[in-house]
Amino acid sequence: MIKIEICCGTACYLLGAANMMNIEEELPAEWRSKVEVEAKTCLELCERENLGGAPYVRINDTEIMSQATPEKLLTRIGELIEGAQ
Amino acid sequence: MLNGSTFIRRELMIRIVRAFDSGSLETELDRIPIKLRPKNEASSRCCIYHDRAILKYRLMALLGISVEEETDETKPLSAYYAEKAWEASGMAAKPDTPLSVCGPACSGCPDARVVSTQNCRGCFARPCVYNCPKKAIDVVDGHSVIDQKLCIKCGKCIAACPYNAIVKTTVPCEEACPVGAIKKNEFGVAAIDFEKCIFCGKCFNACPFAAVMERSQLIDVLAAMKRGEKLVAMVAPAAEKQFPGKIEQLLSACAKAGFSDVMEVALGAEMTTAHETAEFIERMEKDPKTFMTTSCCPAWVNLVSKHLPDLVHHVSLTPSPMVYAREIVKAKDPDAKTVFIGPCVAKRSEARRKDVDYVLSFEELGAILAGRKIDVIACEPWPVPRPANPTARNYARSCGVTDAVLVEATNKIPGFKLDSKQINGIDRKTCTMVKLHASGKIPVNFLEVMACPGGCQNGPCSLVK
Repeated sequence: MIKIEICCGTACYLLGAANMMNIEEELPAEWRSKVEVEAKTCLELCERENLGGAPYVRINDTEIMSQATPEKLLTRIGELIEGAQ
Repeated sequence: MLNGSTFIRRELMIRIVRAFDSGSLETELDRIPIKLRPKNEASSRCCIYHDRAILKYRLMALLGISVEEETDETKPLSAYYAEKAWEASGMAAKPDTPLSVCGPACSGCPDARVVSTQNCRGCFARPCVYNCPKKAIDVVDGHSVIDQKLCIKCGKCIAACPYNAIVKTTVPCEEACPVGAIKKNEFGVAAIDFEKCIFCGKCFNACPFAAVMERSQLIDVLAAMKRGEKLVAMVAPAAEKQFPGKIEQLLSACAKAGFSDVMEVALGAEMTTAHETAEFIERMEKDPKTFMTTSCCPAWVNLVSKHLPDLVHHVSLTPSPMVYAREIVKAKDPDAKTVFIGPCVAKRSEARRKDVDYVLSFEELGAILAGRKIDVIACEPWPVPRPANPTARNYARSCGVTDAVLVEATNKIPGFKLDSKQINGIDRKTCTMVKLHASGKIPVNFLEVMACPGGCQNGPCSLVK
């Protein structure tokens, strides 16, 4: 199971996370059982890392994606699914 | 939709709030442009120095200062900040013009033209030549050439060419402006004619170089909060779905951010509906052949007063939801200061006329929430005395006002009929439509006009469109 945590803290929301709210619907049908998407309150990455890196997404608890977009996220999910096969 | 210019605007707002709260804004202001564009890193324009210069102007606009009125180029932002002395004065800086154009950011786009590109194959059929109503196209050396003196930019050749070889270049701000208020000045950069401008904000959204900036009251609001003033957040109905969570959670978030009280402007919209319906019925009784148009969209009201003087007496005299909301706040506490929070540029001009103390955009409210680490979805719903009427909450959508008036009128007079039309977004075409309604060529008795397509929910400063 691939765990995707989208930061919905207000900073990330303003800086692009609003565009990722529907990411679950954009997943290809065959991926849906393999991916778990969760909207989180502030992950505090915009302060620890930097504000210009928002919006942040955390993948499988450890990997941090900065300046995340739906396209970037879908590509990365694809890589992880292919890598697991 | 987010793009490079909205991103940088919002990032700067959040940085300003954070620096203000940590007490370092005065020193930080001059550092922000350099921190955002450090040496040896990529630039968005020709070089980091141009980027930094424009960031400085962007910060000026965020301090509420008109970029055009800059007289001393050597003056650092910290000096502007110290000069305005927000924290001591208690005076709200109310910009007389809510928009400002930053000359150095303007790309000075070449005038709109229809031109033939390299894609032209100099074909045999030459549909461009045959379809041009002005005989402006010739084929020279196997390539179509458009005589700019004859071309009227009708676009017939563009549609006719099978190779998509003919394109129209545009000046986005001029193209977007419904009233011809933005044009290049003697230096070749865009300038707004404020005598004509209706503050619809279309140029603000259209400019790909983000040269049109809003003059913000963000710092004024932060400083007033710090002075301990009672500021009441009046949240526009367009707030629905702008932030994650419910509108009641957004009200709680505002209270947490430092507003002394919060309310939905939709409660004011209920009063607008009641008064506007009564006014409409009265007008129709006096003269069944006349028509009335709505008064809640400030860009529309500006359009009528500046460009359509014949229509002035058709505009409803009923105050807008914001004005009624202010009355509700002042009746409860005459000392409270009012802050309208919405998606609109033109509301800033209306607020100035109608004694609303401050206006924040959803972006600016978002920056305050982000700076103070308040997540709307983590907030408990605000205990509203009662939720506003659904028709009032619907004011932010096109047809919303018409529906509200129709429901209200039908309750009073069963079988009441409204011959209504909606102008869903002001542009050059719809300006002509309005004139047709005014002259009686297209009959109507209730004309709703919204400057933004789809209504306020798609306003120039909305977060989600």
